[in-house]
Amino acid sequence: MQRLLNIDRRIIFAAVGLAVIASLIIKFSLPVPASPPVQRIYDKIESLPVGAHLLISFDYDPSSKEELQPMALALLHHSFRKGLKVIGMTHNPSGTGLAEQAMNSVASLYQKKYKEDYVFLGYKPGGASLIMNMGEDIHTAFLKDFYGNDTTMLPALEGVESLKDIDYLIDLAAGVTIETWIAFGKEKYQFEMGAGCTAVIGPDMYPYLDSRQINGLMAGLKGAAEYETLAECKAQAFKGMLPQSVTHCLVVLFVLFGNVVFFISGGFRSKRRQSR
Amino acid sequence: MTFQYFVPHPYSKAFLELMTRWDRIIAGFAVFIGVYSLFHLHWTRIRRKAAGWGYSIFVFLGAFITIAFGLYNGGEAFWHDKKEGTMFDWLFLYIQVPAGATIFSILAFFMASAAYRTFRARTVESTVLLLAAIIVMLGRVPVGALISQYIPLAADWIMGVPNMAAKRGILLGVSLGAIATSIKIILGVERQYLGGGD
Repeated sequence: MQRLLNIDRRIIFAAVGLAVIASLIIKFSLPVPASPPVQRIYDKIESLPVGAHLLISFDYDPSSKEELQPMALALLHHSFRKGLKVIGMTHNPSGTGLAEQAMNSVASLYQKKYKEDYVFLGYKPGGASLIMNMGEDIHTAFLKDFYGNDTTMLPALEGVESLKDIDYLIDLAAGVTIETWIAFGKEKYQFEMGAGCTAVIGPDMYPYLDSRQINGLMAGLKGAAEYETLAECKAQAFKGMLPQSVTHCLVVLFVLFGNVVFFISGGFRSKRRQSR
Repeated sequence: MTFQYFVPHPYSKAFLELMTRWDRIIAGFAVFIGVYSLFHLHWTRIRRKAAGWGYSIFVFLGAFITIAFGLYNGGEAFWHDKKEGTMFDWLFLYIQVPAGATIFSILAFFMASAAYRTFRARTVESTVLLLAAIIVMLGRVPVGALISQYIPLAADWIMGVPNMAAKRGILLGVSLGAIATSIKIILGVERQYLGGGD
């Protein structure tokens, strides 16, 4: 029994690896219904008129790409299809490449033109002070866009002087930027805001969701898969639900198995005696 | 800045803009301190032949190769606008992105192993934690709804009620602590950040 309790971790690694490979080989479909927080982001974008300004803050780097890039792509598909003017930026210096890639690749599918239909402002340091600067004047915060164009001359930014003129903002974050956007941006400059984040920081966002400081939340790969389903652009996140489901089930089975062995071996009784 | 938050006068707005611009300039220079700190740490490890010093060589190799291609900017030098499709982009797309994804995916293996070893129903509290973890794990993937329609609902309840209550408590505690520490720093009561003894 003790050997089973202290099972070699390489066996667990191999089981997880095999489960992931099997779920990628054996094709089956799982329904991915949208949860209310994801539905609210979709509904908000759906309610925006053609030409409305959506700001997406790509605040993540390659280490969180697998969860957040599918969200970005699904949001961009929906926004470009709706005819929104998309403004991209990032607080993360490693996020520029991913944001640029996501915006350009989706824009080309909808024949959207850079400068006219979308702009990428790039990275600027500062975090909170950058947000405050954007709240006062977006053009002094970003004098030039990522490609060196004067931001006052960009047609996509026409009618946008500060954050107050943004119709909807979505922060895709792998860190604390959602709180920063709320505290220094949303609360002062009064714009509607939604968020997407990694599954790890998802639980931290619930107080903001409940207080309506963010109107919706996409958490982890499942949040991205739900948005892909809503926006009818099922892709990477939707496909990722299979291996993720299988892996979660496997972990649950491992945990249950470990507890059964623990009970049979009498570990529960000895631990209870120790605690008394 | 706190004053400006409540007084939206044009003068205070202009002052805020000036201050935030300075703040961003200073933040930009912080990258040099970060680079110096990183290089200093790894150079010391190489010099002292500390355990795993070989990995530190890769830090220098990675940094210098990336910086060199970044400055080269596809033959147009760094003071010109960024060129597309350069070696710098290639390094990002085909080395940094896959390396980041690999590290992230390895987490799943370690989490499975850690969950097997640590999630044991030793006490009532740990049993509650175990049950909550199983419900959330199943409720956060589509297969949970296939097992029972109540699993996602229960997972949402756990996240939206007990989890949120705990997070809110932590958030309030941390925020009050930050305010108290800030006041102490402003009034000069707290001076440890300057490197002093008290």
